[in-house]
Amino acid sequence: MDIAEHGAEAPEKQGIGEYLVRHLREYGLLFALIAIMAFFQIVTEGTLLKPVNVTNLLLQNSYIVIMALGMLIVIVSGNIDLSVGSVMGFVGALAAVMIVEWELSTAVTMVTCLVAGGLIGAAQGYWIAYWKIPSFIVTLAGMLVFRGASLWLLEGQSLGPFPREFQMLANGFVPDIFPSGVSQTVADLLGQKRVNVLALGTGLVAAGLIVWMELKARAQNKAYGMAGEPQAFFIARIGIVAIALIFILFKLSTFRGLPNVLITMGVLTIIYAFFTGRTVTGRRIYALGGNEKAAKLSGIKTERLTFLAFVNMGVLAGIAGMVFAARLNSATPKAGFALELDVIAAVFIGGASMSGGVGKIVGAVVGAFLMGVLNNGMSIMGIGIDYQQMIKGLVLLAAVIFDVYNKSKQG
Amino acid sequence: MTALLEMRGITKEFPGVKALDTVNLTVKDGEIHALVGENGAGKSTLMKVLSGVYPAGSYDGEIHYDGALAEFGDISDSEAKGVIIIHQELALVPLLSIAENLFLGNERARGGIINWRETNKRTEALLQKVGLKEPPSTLVDKLGVGKQQLVEIAKALSKEVRLLILDEPTAALSESDSQALLDLMLELKQQGVTQIIISHKLNEVRRVADSVTVIRDGSTVSTMDAKTQDITEDNIVRDMVGRDMAHRYPARERRAGEVLMEVKDWNVWHPLHTDRQVIEDVNMAVRAGEVVGIAGLMGAGRTELAMSIFGRSYGRNISGSVEVGGKPVDVSTVSKAIEAGLAYVTEDRKSLGLILEETIQRNITMANLEEVARGQVLNESAETRVAEEYRKALNIRTPGVFQRVMNLSGGNQQKVVLSKWLFAKPEVLILDEPTRGIDVGAKFEIYGIINDLSKQGKGVIMISSEMPELLGMCDRIYVMNEGAFVGELSAEDASQERIMSLIVTE
Ligand SMILES: Nc1ncnc2c1ncn2[C@@H]1O[C@H](COP(=O)(O)OP(=O)(O)OP(=O)(O)O)[C@@H](O)[C@H]1O
Ligand SMILES: [Mg+2]
Repeated sequence: MDIAEHGAEAPEKQGIGEYLVRHLREYGLLFALIAIMAFFQIVTEGTLLKPVNVTNLLLQNSYIVIMALGMLIVIVSGNIDLSVGSVMGFVGALAAVMIVEWELSTAVTMVTCLVAGGLIGAAQGYWIAYWKIPSFIVTLAGMLVFRGASLWLLEGQSLGPFPREFQMLANGFVPDIFPSGVSQTVADLLGQKRVNVLALGTGLVAAGLIVWMELKARAQNKAYGMAGEPQAFFIARIGIVAIALIFILFKLSTFRGLPNVLITMGVLTIIYAFFTGRTVTGRRIYALGGNEKAAKLSGIKTERLTFLAFVNMGVLAGIAGMVFAARLNSATPKAGFALELDVIAAVFIGGASMSGGVGKIVGAVVGAFLMGVLNNGMSIMGIGIDYQQMIKGLVLLAAVIFDVYNKSKQG
Repeated sequence: MTALLEMRGITKEFPGVKALDTVNLTVKDGEIHALVGENGAGKSTLMKVLSGVYPAGSYDGEIHYDGALAEFGDISDSEAKGVIIIHQELALVPLLSIAENLFLGNERARGGIINWRETNKRTEALLQKVGLKEPPSTLVDKLGVGKQQLVEIAKALSKEVRLLILDEPTAALSESDSQALLDLMLELKQQGVTQIIISHKLNEVRRVADSVTVIRDGSTVSTMDAKTQDITEDNIVRDMVGRDMAHRYPARERRAGEVLMEVKDWNVWHPLHTDRQVIEDVNMAVRAGEVVGIAGLMGAGRTELAMSIFGRSYGRNISGSVEVGGKPVDVSTVSKAIEAGLAYVTEDRKSLGLILEETIQRNITMANLEEVARGQVLNESAETRVAEEYRKALNIRTPGVFQRVMNLSGGNQQKVVLSKWLFAKPEVLILDEPTRGIDVGAKFEIYGIINDLSKQGKGVIMISSEMPELLGMCDRIYVMNEGAFVGELSAEDASQERIMSLIVTE
């Protein structure tokens, strides 16, 4: 049993089939998303990937994605937040009251809303972190409290409309910075009526960046003898991701270009992926969720981290609340109702573990879009909300069973 | 005597690791058979194969048990045949009573209704067999590890056991608890129960075993029979490590420098029963380059003392002061204690020392992430370099530092915990039972590391229940009993008898 030698060679020697079996979870999510998209593309006779629908899909799911980022951190730290739907609704209501009733400026409102979200997170996180009250209970209470609070704020009525600047948060698009001559040439070249070159360019650059980063990481892993994926898989995976990205942005570019929300979402995703994967604090959150006692005895300030995880969740729920209100152009007492479940489901579909310490930002984002495509596709097909709920429930269950099954097989 | 069990050519592979390579093991009916070998040699794995934890089909080779080919699909299969395993990690439910634990999954019930009278009566009978006087309704939570181990055995006895497997049963036990357990094993042998014991404590092996099988690197090296040959510790050690080991403790030049750390008038109260004082007026000093031992029986308060010093991780109403390098330091939180130059290697690696789901690398860097980061940003290649360095220095047996700690053998997990704290670069390292569950060869390596630290002028505080280890390693030994220091012995004056007499006269 010369393990040192055995281990170093193992990744080269193991068959592709074996590799796939062992890493089914990571690929599974990507394949599932592609398969579901292909399925709906066919049964909706091409409606799913029409530029207008792609744009819609992104706008519709933006607030779920934004909250999934925070929820991932909360879940990785070994907690849960059931209050996000209510908090989101409450912040939206607050924004409406400030702008419509009190006629405050958009800037003041936005800052206040972010602070309010953070404070709500802090208020809940305080009991969870420093009083060791289970997060399930504290945020269950929060869910009821803030549901009631938004009803009270809005006095049971819908409140709107918002001024244009505020609406831009969700419904605005980034104007093309390239002169119309360039756009026209590109459009002619691609045989389209019009093309937003900025959007298309962003797609190309983003795809290039992803390829570059993955190549770098792969080279690094190899240098340290870490089991990398087989070449064929690497190329296929990166290829699919890059092409998909360019494809989506191409679709957007032939409609109205880059939605503002996409920028917000994209930037936040990158920041959080970096934060969780590459920073000291990010790593400590995984340690906290993996074994709180051991983390604490290693000098990690577990209480403070838990507290901050909830503050962060609150701020993101605040952003999501504003986006949601801006998108509907009004705040309603029902806004965000039961949305926490979609957010939590997205994180679990993305591979996070209920017991904490495991999960990735990218997984949560893909999980959110998977749910989003399901929602969108089924709506286009005209499937009733009753069946939609059942199907979504089963998908969540299947994803988690798949996880557990995979784990048990790896021993 | 005929063979009750014959395992032939057992091979078991995990991804990247061949844990067992055509191992043979023959156990005679009615004997106590000891299985010894280095950490990661494959002892626990072999026993998991035998008891169906790894089902037939997941390994190569044959198991012949009681005259027939055995193919156990799971643990209940093997239990039905009387093969019962008590794992390295205890598996009792802490908040259930002894009686409930004994009959868990095997309830005395009629039509789904538990018959408590019968349950309690049978529990009493079983407890008497293993020499426990606790009432059956006592929560397992309230028992010490030694007694929990006896409950595990009682549980095995409740199931018509023919072959009892004990994986390092005495690793966490005090001297007297170990003796009681070994006596019980001998008694069970009289009643015809065949037993396999895995242990790193060779004196115990010698005491109870009728034959000894040594495993090294996943293969059988030798089997010795007490009837035909004299089993000595030296013989066993030679087969285990593949060479003669003249000394158990590496030599060290003793030269204690200035006082490095001092603890003054340390008092600690129990975290829940606030009227109970756990640590009383402890005064302690460690000099640069000195290895100081703390001896005492289990429950003497040694771990509590160490943890209360290390960031108040135990107890409340803590009073007293700590000085490092002559200056008072704040040790009120773990991170401040680390900053002050302290490190504490816990005795409970599974629940307090490691994140089992994480990789070796991430566990090693956990207490000192700053060192592998620029500002907030982690440098993963630096991290890997560090982990590799410690893997080599401490000889951690693994295919690579990206392996999850969960998949390591117990002894190698201990080395990971140790690496983590060495990487934190402390001035004073507090070691709590640092060689628990560690094989002789690895022990020697760890002693070597302790000596290196002392050579660099660091201070080491060593808490251990193994007196020979303290006597072999320490420059000075504090003796602790019931929360207070009852004596202090220099290396020259110290002996097992003197330590015991200090504990007893108090
Ligand atoms: N589930 C697993 N996955 C991968 N490797 C494993 C797994 N279980 C055990 N191993 C490896 O198999 C080898 C044998 O481990 P095992 O636990 O049997 O050792 P051991 O002899 O009981 O050691 P110790 O005395 O330290 O308890 C080790 O190298 C270990 O890392
Ligand atoms: Mg073992």
